[in-house]
This record gives sequence, structure tokens and C-alpha cells, in this order.
Amino acid sequence: MDAGQLKTAVDKLAKEIKAQMSDPENTLFVGIQQGGVVVADGIIQALQQLDPAMKIQYGQLDITFYRDDIRNAILAPDKMNLPFSIENKTVILIDDVLFTGRTIKAALDALLDYGRPAKVQLCVLVDRKEHRQFPIQADFTGITLETTKTDKIKLLNGEAVLLQ
Amino acid sequence: MQLSTRHLLGIKDLTKDDISLILSTAEQFKEVLQRPVKKVPSLRDVTIVNLFYENSTRTRFSFELAEKRLSADTINFAASSSSAAKGETLLDTVNNILSMKVDMVVMRHSASGAPHFLSQHVPAAIINAGDGINEHPTQGLLDAYSIKEKTGSLEGRKIAIIGDIMHSRVAQSNIYLLKKMGAEVTVCGPPTLIPKYIQSALGVNVSYHLKETLEWCDVANVLRIQLERQNQVLFSSLREYNLAYGISRKMLDGLQKEIVIMHPGPINRGVELDSDVADSKQSIILQQVENGVAVRMAVLYLLSGRNAS
Repeated sequence: MDAGQLKTAVDKLAKEIKAQMSDPENTLFVGIQQGGVVVADGIIQALQQLDPAMKIQYGQLDITFYRDDIRNAILAPDKMNLPFSIENKTVILIDDVLFTGRTIKAALDALLDYGRPAKVQLCVLVDRKEHRQFPIQADFTGITLETTKTDKIKLLNGEAVLLQ
Repeated sequence: MQLSTRHLLGIKDLTKDDISLILSTAEQFKEVLQRPVKKVPSLRDVTIVNLFYENSTRTRFSFELAEKRLSADTINFAASSSSAAKGETLLDTVNNILSMKVDMVVMRHSASGAPHFLSQHVPAAIINAGDGINEHPTQGLLDAYSIKEKTGSLEGRKIAIIGDIMHSRVAQSNIYLLKKMGAEVTVCGPPTLIPKYIQSALGVNVSYHLKETLEWCDVANVLRIQLERQNQVLFSSLREYNLAYGISRKMLDGLQKEIVIMHPGPINRGVELDSDVADSKQSIILQQVENGVAVRMAVLYLLSGRNAS
């Protein structure tokens, strides 16, 4: 997928989110470190272009301390930045690739340590549907890809690359 | 990125990258400590024993809080109220504890090198919480973290370590760490409390004049006179020590700039620091204590991998 196709997918997600968003003031956008933050940056930019007057609240969530495979590899954490209260708000979690669902499970665990949101929705750029290990589905999906389990998808320099 | 070591025995064994990794990880744990829920589940499956063969309040509480905020299970051991008082050896005690499925050992001991000995004989990860007059690595790390937080960086920073350098494991850990990170270090105190070859051995400046040292430095880390480790008379009285090396308000007000005052605690008020210095806004003594929990969380987290060996 080249940069142009990625941009199209991101714009599509921004439009879908905007169409569905009933209460922008109580909606928070949260990108998951690191790939999700890249996608979230793009979506925020697209939303701002669609509606320059919209006040967007945006933060970044790091799940390192919540990973269920922490014992296999101790990883250095990324920056956590949630400069708002999530209490009773709608949180739109944004990630790059939805694969097994474990990252999202960890992200939900991390998010709930900051309070009790009214609702959490999930937005992903790429959905690798057939490999889910947890009952987790996206509310907004950019592209659905058929992949084999050993494939790896990475965002590199503004392009999504399939590493086989 | 991972640490280059399985144990934290001293700053001496750490690389510059190790230190940077611990400090940047501590920054993220400091954020955890500001949240409504001040803990993470990272060490849920890890059991840690705090083995204190020497008295401690601050360090023991700090480690225990760090462990609890990582969701580890903890057990505490104080030598005075244990089988060590009945004559059990260190190695027997630790092997008995480890046979109850304990993964990590945090140890303070009055004998220098005790954690190094232990690390060669038991499979668990060992964290030195202070060994005799050798090192107190987590104190060195939290001091560095506090300096970095307050002044922006360690590189090129001028740090004075003042007081009983001879008997201080805090001084030794600080010197190793600050030198590795590119800071300049001056030790200052009475000649009897400064080791003779420290200048050539550790690459620090030596000064016997407090006023000159304070004029030079950006940060003054003031140490306690360790009466419990001195078995001979090294200065005539605490009052005389205070007159020559105690820091007073008046002295700080007479300097050209505002320096940062640090102290690892416990403070002997009126000996090395006057109360109106210890409690002033120049002092970051309580921030040091606060940062200690985050820094220890970082150390425990980074050493908790089972596959490290």
C-alpha cells in the first residue's frame, strides 16, 4: 500500500468518524503507541481539514506495562500522554493494525486505569480479521486484508509494508 | 533495548546506555504515579524479597512501594527479627527464601560486596539497596534523575558532593554515575573524611573549602556524617563540623547564583544542613524521595525478565 492509498484510507476513516460523532465536546481521540499514533495524527489532521472549527482532544496511550507477553521480552516504554479526564467521555482508540486483539485488550486495561469512560470505540487502519485471538472488533476500519498468520505489516515512512 | 546486566550490584557495572534506559523508563513510571490508579500489572507474576540486614526507613519503604505499584508480591525480612539472629548464614537464609519461589532479591547489607557474593551463588536477580561503604546504586540513579529533572541535563553539570565521602556509598555511586554521564564532580569535606587517592582513582576534584565549592557548583549534594561507620575520631565535634562544613542560609544568600541543594537523608539538622536551608525552595530533598519510587520501579521492571540469563 503506497502513501496515496494510505491517505485515502485515513480520509475515509475521518469522514466515517465525523458522520457518527454526536457530541464532539465529549469525544476524546487516543492513539496507541507507536504505529497507532502515526495513524491518529493523520486522522486528526483530516478531521481538522473537514471541520477547521472543531476542537479536537487528542492523547497518546502506551501499553508496554500492560502487555500479556511481558515476561518474554522486557521492552522500554514509550510516552504516555493523556492530558484530559476520560471520566464519562467517549474514547475513540486508534491503532494501525488489528491482528490478534491482544494489543487492544492491553490498551483497554491501560485506559481504565485513568478512569471510567462512558464508551470506548475502536478505529483501525488495517484489519487482519481472520487472526483474532480475543473477541474484539473495530467500529471503524480502513482496509481489511487477507494475510497469513506469519505475515507482518508495518508502517514505514508513510507507507504500509507487508513483510512476508 | 535491554540492560546489559542481570543484577544491579553497582553503578560501576552499568554502561551509559543502561543508565539512560533506567532514567527514561523512570520518567514513564513517574507518570504512572500521577494517575488515579497508581499501579500497573507488569510484575503481577513476580515475587520479591526485601532483605534488610541493616536499618532503613526510606529505602525500604521506597522499594516496597515500587514493588507494590508494579503489582509484584513482596515479603520483608529484617535481620534483627529473623533466623539470622540465631546464626544462619546469608547464603542459607537466601536459599531458604528462594526455595519458596521468590524471583528477585533486594538486599541491604553492612558488608561491602555482600550482594556481589550472593549474585554468584543464587539464581535470582539481585538488586543492591546499599552495601557497606561500597555502593547504593538506586540512590545514585534517583539523585541523577532528580538533577536531570531540575536542571535539564547531566552533561557538563557541576556537582559538588559534600561531607563524609570516606564512609559514603551514596558518594561512590553518585561519582561513578555522574562521571559516566559527563558531569563534573568535586568532593568537599574535611581531609580526614576524603579518601587520599580519590582524585586519581575516580577522576573527581577535591576541595577542603566549602565556600569555594559552593561558588563553583550548580548542585550541592550534601551527605550525612556517618557516625555509625566511624571507629576513630575524624573531627573534633559535630559543632565544629557545622562551623566548617555546615551549610547555612547566610552562606547561600552570599553566592552569585542559586544552587540546588540535595540530601539523601536522613538529615542531621544543624550539622551538615541548617533547617532554613533544608526546608528552602532551593532544596529538592523531598522530590528526591518522590523520584526514588519511580526510579526503583524502573530498575525492578527492567531486571524482571526471566530470559535474561
